[in-house]
Amino acid sequence: MTQTTVGAPAPGTAGTSDTGAVPAPRATTFAKALNAALADAMEADSAVLMFGEDVGPLGGVFRITDGLTARFGEERCFDTPLAEAGIMGMAVGMAMNGMKPVVEMQFDAFAYPAFEQVVSHVAKMPNRTKGKVRLPIVIRIPYAGGIGGVEHHCDSSEAYYAHTPGLTVLAPATVRDAYFMLREAIASPDPVVFLEPKKLYWSKEEVDLAELRRTFDGGQAPRRIGRAVVARPGTDATLISYGPSVPTALAAAAAAAEEGRSIEVIDLRSIVPFDDETVCASVRRTGRAVVVAEAPGFASVASEIVARVQERCFHSLAAPVLRVTGFDIPYPSPKLEHFYLPSVDRILDAVDALQWEDRP
Amino acid sequence: MSTATNKGRGSLMGGAPGGAPSAAHALLPSDEPVQLVDQHGHPTDDERYPLPDGERLLGAYGRLVTGRRINDQANALVRQGRLAVYPSSHGQEACQVAAAVVLGGEDWLFPTYRDTVAVITRGVDPLEVLTLLRGDWHAGYDPYEHRVATQATPLATQLLHAVGVAHAAKLRGEPTVVLAMCGDGATSEGDFHEALNFAAVFHVPVVFFIQNNEFAISVPLKNQTVAPSLAHKAIGYGMPGERVDGNDLAALLAVLGAAVDRARDGGGPSLVEAHTYRMQAHTNADDATRYRSADDVERWVPRDPIARMRTYLRTLDLLTDEGERALADDADAIAAAIRKGLNTEVDVNPAELFEYVYTEKTSQLREQAALLREELARDADAAAAGTDGSIEGGRR
Repeated sequence: MTQTTVGAPAPGTAGTSDTGAVPAPRATTFAKALNAALADAMEADSAVLMFGEDVGPLGGVFRITDGLTARFGEERCFDTPLAEAGIMGMAVGMAMNGMKPVVEMQFDAFAYPAFEQVVSHVAKMPNRTKGKVRLPIVIRIPYAGGIGGVEHHCDSSEAYYAHTPGLTVLAPATVRDAYFMLREAIASPDPVVFLEPKKLYWSKEEVDLAELRRTFDGGQAPRRIGRAVVARPGTDATLISYGPSVPTALAAAAAAAEEGRSIEVIDLRSIVPFDDETVCASVRRTGRAVVVAEAPGFASVASEIVARVQERCFHSLAAPVLRVTGFDIPYPSPKLEHFYLPSVDRILDAVDALQWEDRP
Repeated sequence: MSTATNKGRGSLMGGAPGGAPSAAHALLPSDEPVQLVDQHGHPTDDERYPLPDGERLLGAYGRLVTGRRINDQANALVRQGRLAVYPSSHGQEACQVAAAVVLGGEDWLFPTYRDTVAVITRGVDPLEVLTLLRGDWHAGYDPYEHRVATQATPLATQLLHAVGVAHAAKLRGEPTVVLAMCGDGATSEGDFHEALNFAAVFHVPVVFFIQNNEFAISVPLKNQTVAPSLAHKAIGYGMPGERVDGNDLAALLAVLGAAVDRARDGGGPSLVEAHTYRMQAHTNADDATRYRSADDVERWVPRDPIARMRTYLRTLDLLTDEGERALADDADAIAAAIRKGLNTEVDVNPAELFEYVYTEKTSQLREQAALLREELARDADAAAAGTDGSIEGGRR
């Protein structure tokens, strides 16, 4: 990232953000970017609250809320009783009464007790009341696999939420997007399910968090909700992906380049609203597409994307749109998960199967 | 059961039943429900809570009369096909009225689908309340206008919303108290447990008010719990529980009023169980004869909340012939307004289907709204042309 701020860091102060000097971009983890986004949002708006299980003094099991209780007090970042429906239901009431709650579901598969609150109330209340009641709630969910997690710690649950009208469903894949998308989610008047790919928590990019904050607070961050992005340009085929599968798709595109194929990678970022325009523009250019996602393929977000692309791009397609997804099985145990997860090889095999021999 | 053991101060008045000294014991409800006016209209010697004054009772009695009329009018409108369904609170009007009138303007009420009379008593326009049951939209009133949440159809989920509203008010230092209603069946739901526990742990000003009307559709209370009473569940969360005669308006005003005062003074949440009875079927779609006898229902007729309060007020000369006529006229006027409103067709607007799903319509919803708009335009054109809208081959 290019440093665009004025002034040079004073000697010996580079990397310290609170001295007034401008730090250089530095290797920043996805987790730290989320942590900074929460802190900056809480700093900017006293209505923003953070609560859930172990998010207080511990800072969350993934440390995403690290330091927030110490900085903002236990009224604004606090532990709740261990009950997900309770967390979600209380968030509904708080949002009805002027607050902007951010709640953490500790793991994807631990969020299910809250499902009724999410589906029956979080998603429907604004519609029921014709917009009189807005629910600016962010539901943060450490999400998906690839970390060797034991049972109930690695579900890809996006389809449940994406199938529920009223919810915005986001899944960032980069450190910068982690920051900007969480800030945008918290600022949204609509409820957002914010899926944080666990395996990306420790991924790093060179970013300057202070600059990201200034960019967002200054209204300069381009909108990301509902906006997919071309993560890697290419001309021969499009890989459509989101969240934890984006790095895998990028690795596959890099490998394909060595074989002489130019593969474009789309990072959806926003599952709902879905960016038909960016996705279809890419597929119309390349004429071939593979959707890559970790979740089981049957009745999945990947299936929806395939349907949408063929409905809109039929005459541009040189081959059927394929999917590389998880198998239709419960998420496997740690020693078996690598057989399940979409891999570079499996993606390349799917790309190979895009009927290249039929090219006119 | 000895009355000597239950006559101390009420648990919501800061005392322990029977004067027991332990803090834990102080959370327990009394052995017998609080009753201040018996079913014959006579004041009791129950001194746990003060009897509300005559003016307060007279004012609330008027709402009882109106509430009964609303229930009966709504039932009639279902039979006439003007309402899709109506879960009546006939026989439970004292609970309905008390839940609304003990609250101030800064407070919130969280009602269920059976609490239409409470919502109207709080001040919401009856026609806006009945929008839901008429089928025009899933809710018809602005919850912020009278601080009344939408009526909850899933059981006990709204109790957590009540906790959240109270929690937000507490964080801002506002004096708001939230009264959250549910039925006996809802106490079996997980959200009931989570709501009471959250309220107690965060020490927020919520009064949980159970109308125990003995049935969850067809299932009697004994199939829901074997606890000594539903109010006994309170001690498990570290909050006081109280039992009250749910057909005694005076007792309800006293007990719920004490619970609200306690919450407003920083005393935290409490649980009040009202013993009442659902005199009619669950809804008009239900057949109560399949699970209870006419004799069972008949036993509750003499305990009617309106009759006893009328006797009490007439005995004290607080209620006169003239006053009764005025109340009847008021009830007639409300019933007439409901009839008139529900007999007027409302134009539902299909374009609204897409308006409130998100603050800003997604591109997909814009496409779907356009699709429906085009269909309707074709239908309108066809109607204008006097055809059925189909073209050659039968396709529209």
